[in-house]
Amino acid sequence: MTAATDMTSIPGATPIVRKTPKATFDLVFRNASFGAALLVLVLLAGIMASMVIGGWPAFREFGLGFITSSVWDTQNDQYGAWPAIVGTLSTALIALVIGVPLSLGIAVYLTQLAPGWFKKPVATAVELLAAVPSIIYGMWGLFVFVPLFAAYVQIPLSNIVEGLPIVGTVLYSRSPSGLGIFTAGIILAFMIVPFIASITRDMLEQIPSVLRESAYGIGATTWEVVRHVLVPQAGVSIIGAVMLGLGRALGETMAVTFVVGNANRLSASILDPGSTIASRIANEFNEAMGLQLNSLIALGCILFFVTFVVLVIARLLVARVKRY
Amino acid sequence: MRKILVLAAVAAGIAGSAQAADITGAGATFPFPIYSKWAEAYKKETGTGLNYQSIGSGGGIRQIKAKTVAFGATDAPLKGEDLTKDGLIQFPTVMGGVVPAVNIAGVEPGKLKLSGEIIAQIYLGDIKKWNDPKIVALNAGVTLPDANINPVYRSDGSGTTFVFTDYLAKASAEWKSKIGANQSVQWPVGIGGKGNEGVSASVKQVANSIGYVEYAYAKQNKLSHALVKNADGNFPAPEEKAFQAAAANANWQEQPGFGISLNNQKGADAWPITSATFILVYAKPEKPEETQAALKFFDWVYKNGDKLASELDYVALPANVKDQVRSAWKGVTDTSGKPIF
Amino acid sequence: MTMTTTPRELPHQPWGRVRQTRRTADRMMKIIATGFTFTAIFVLFWILGMLVVKGIGGLSVATFTAVTPGPGSEGGGIANAIVGSFVLTFLGIAIATPIGVLAGTWLAEYGRSSKLANLIRFINDILLSAPSILIGLFVYVILVEPFRGYSGWAGGVALGIIAIPVIVRTTEDMLNLVPGPLREAGAALGAPPSVVITSVTWRAAKAGMVTGILLALARIAGETAPLLFTALNNNFWFSPTLVGGVSNLPVTIYQFASAPYENWQQLAWAGSLIITVSILVLSIVARRIVAGSK
Repeated sequence: MTAATDMTSIPGATPIVRKTPKATFDLVFRNASFGAALLVLVLLAGIMASMVIGGWPAFREFGLGFITSSVWDTQNDQYGAWPAIVGTLSTALIALVIGVPLSLGIAVYLTQLAPGWFKKPVATAVELLAAVPSIIYGMWGLFVFVPLFAAYVQIPLSNIVEGLPIVGTVLYSRSPSGLGIFTAGIILAFMIVPFIASITRDMLEQIPSVLRESAYGIGATTWEVVRHVLVPQAGVSIIGAVMLGLGRALGETMAVTFVVGNANRLSASILDPGSTIASRIANEFNEAMGLQLNSLIALGCILFFVTFVVLVIARLLVARVKRY
Repeated sequence: MRKILVLAAVAAGIAGSAQAADITGAGATFPFPIYSKWAEAYKKETGTGLNYQSIGSGGGIRQIKAKTVAFGATDAPLKGEDLTKDGLIQFPTVMGGVVPAVNIAGVEPGKLKLSGEIIAQIYLGDIKKWNDPKIVALNAGVTLPDANINPVYRSDGSGTTFVFTDYLAKASAEWKSKIGANQSVQWPVGIGGKGNEGVSASVKQVANSIGYVEYAYAKQNKLSHALVKNADGNFPAPEEKAFQAAAANANWQEQPGFGISLNNQKGADAWPITSATFILVYAKPEKPEETQAALKFFDWVYKNGDKLASELDYVALPANVKDQVRSAWKGVTDTSGKPIF
Repeated sequence: MTMTTTPRELPHQPWGRVRQTRRTADRMMKIIATGFTFTAIFVLFWILGMLVVKGIGGLSVATFTAVTPGPGSEGGGIANAIVGSFVLTFLGIAIATPIGVLAGTWLAEYGRSSKLANLIRFINDILLSAPSILIGLFVYVILVEPFRGYSGWAGGVALGIIAIPVIVRTTEDMLNLVPGPLREAGAALGAPPSVVITSVTWRAAKAGMVTGILLALARIAGETAPLLFTALNNNFWFSPTLVGGVSNLPVTIYQFASAPYENWQQLAWAGSLIITVSILVLSIVARRIVAGSK
């Protein structure tokens, strides 16, 4: 616990230890917060343990094949996770591709462009997007967005790309129902925007205005100030915010389940129905027994692992930005 | 502090108005509406509440085995040996049907005729177009488009899927060997929809599609249905008397726990895709008073619930089956071995 | 925005052409940023509009006073679900706030960049991304199965576990933004770390920390999946001891929205309107409180 005594960064400063009520409070407070921090470890260990124990029979039965196999056959008790893993990664990736530029644009608008009186209502409105429950996004997606998306995007697009090489596969949908991986990605994008945007905005606002003013002073445009002063300054935190959004996108259940199409197959087109790990669990968990239940829990285990890998990559990125 | 005050106020509010629900049950989604309706009427009459939650048939079986509920509910009946092994008693409560919903431009509701064999081939991907000669042969006078068929299936495990695939397995040997009957199966083609609403939304939005939904759902949402050829070669309309006809000719004692399938039953008017839904209770419950309360509820349902069932487009059991169930309840005993009903 | 006033045609500026492209890039960025912002706001109002249009018809006094009806029955409301949701959500936040704030404080003030702190931070990030449905399963295993029954307590704990990492993360982030000299000033006055934290650092980061708790509240108030295996639901009033199924809005909405019965669908949309508007109003009011305390 040397860290605890090293409260300030004043070199050579040693805290004065006195037996006073304050010192007792100090000790209790430190231990309580340490205990709370350890509880985070215990929680994850508990969830991990229940996941590994629950999923173990599936891993033992199928081995590595559980990850690479595309079969999901409840009749013959054969299970493979590959389509769900691909679905999870592609929906989250689409969500980031759409959501991150949106969020950065919003953060820049809020900190640099919006007129003073307008900032607060706009910022509040964006943050309120986070307050909308995921089941409401799902209902909006299924009942409102999906029919429009099918009629005005998916069907015209399918007609245009039909027969073309590459795009004719990736963007063509055999049954343009509006449901699919891409739709799920769009809904997810709006769900992660408030998280990324509000944190990025906070970070941009933390940057001392003297930095900004001096850049403007040497004749930089707003874009150049954002590009060369603000973004490098807040880079680490922005990546942190993006990771927070990614985490949300990977594990989101209800909204995705409503719009992803829930096909247990791998499809070449991003407009076709697919499934994610979370949606697969939501769809089948209630009905599952035996090995299917174990396989679903094993899927959850994999989702943890995917998240883990994503975070490791994120950490490496953050380390590189720090050197910048 | 504010939070604590709010919590205290809320807690006080509940304490004033709340009453414990006396019976807890969980399981199948298919009978959820009618159980809720019965529970409401039963509460008005007796003051005893029934909290039934639809978490899925598998969930119902799991919960009764974990003893977290007084009864479990399932659409797919358990087999005799499973009932014996776990010491469970199974009985049916109400019936319903599954109907194919279609969306084909130019084809009016109730005009398209199909057979189990054809539906199986559509879902196997063998019949790809609506103007396939096999479909045309059954539908003289109906103009069928030269369009790809888009089959829609339930993506979540469900009793509806079990009933539908059980019917297809009975109607088609190829389906039986390749796919089989289960709450969720390996669909070779099609798009998945979650729940009845997901399937019907997909059918509505996707042109030239076919799906399958519960009769109550299809009727309340005025979905365009197709007719299906029954065992006698007729095409009855999917309505209450067609489901009753399917139940009338069945031998309910054929399987332990009344676990028979009503699919493809004989009878001129019998709807071919019909099924009952089931309740599971322990034969020797740990908390006999809870099971007793549950049995009392279902006894009340048998006496008074038929009208409500018919209002919600469910189908009541034949009177003789109800009597057979009541005598099966004699097998439910308390710890001393005395029947509790 | 001073640079846009510089006239382009000044002949003595050798970088005039460059300036043109710079100005174009600048204008593009401004249009895009503004457009993105209004897209997001448009989506918010679109969703709210949908809820109002579909939900307002189901609102009446009975919605707030009567229990959930059977399908097709006259009258009825969602009072039991509303109260149940209140209880479960506040139970979750009451569990998560002390744990989350203390853990976040430990990370920011005590653990800092020690190996253990980095590990906990990392684990917390993973917990943050854990699908809520798996947390429901975990609570089912530790609380529902052993006690042989669903309960509001299990539901509250599940929601609490979802809220904890959110609060830990935001608390730490916000504390890290508090400038070091503030702490040094406190320490220089002879205050022990705990006093510096509670009366200087927390106070400085208060607004951000409250926002974090609100984010957590917003996240759990509409959570559906974890409640399916823990609090379940209840068609009637739940027991005041919270033992047995506890009714709640999200699961009720989930069940009713997909049912074929019009009165249930009406109540589902009304419930969606109520839950969304309550969370939005709560957030706005809390923001006011935060702004007022500054």
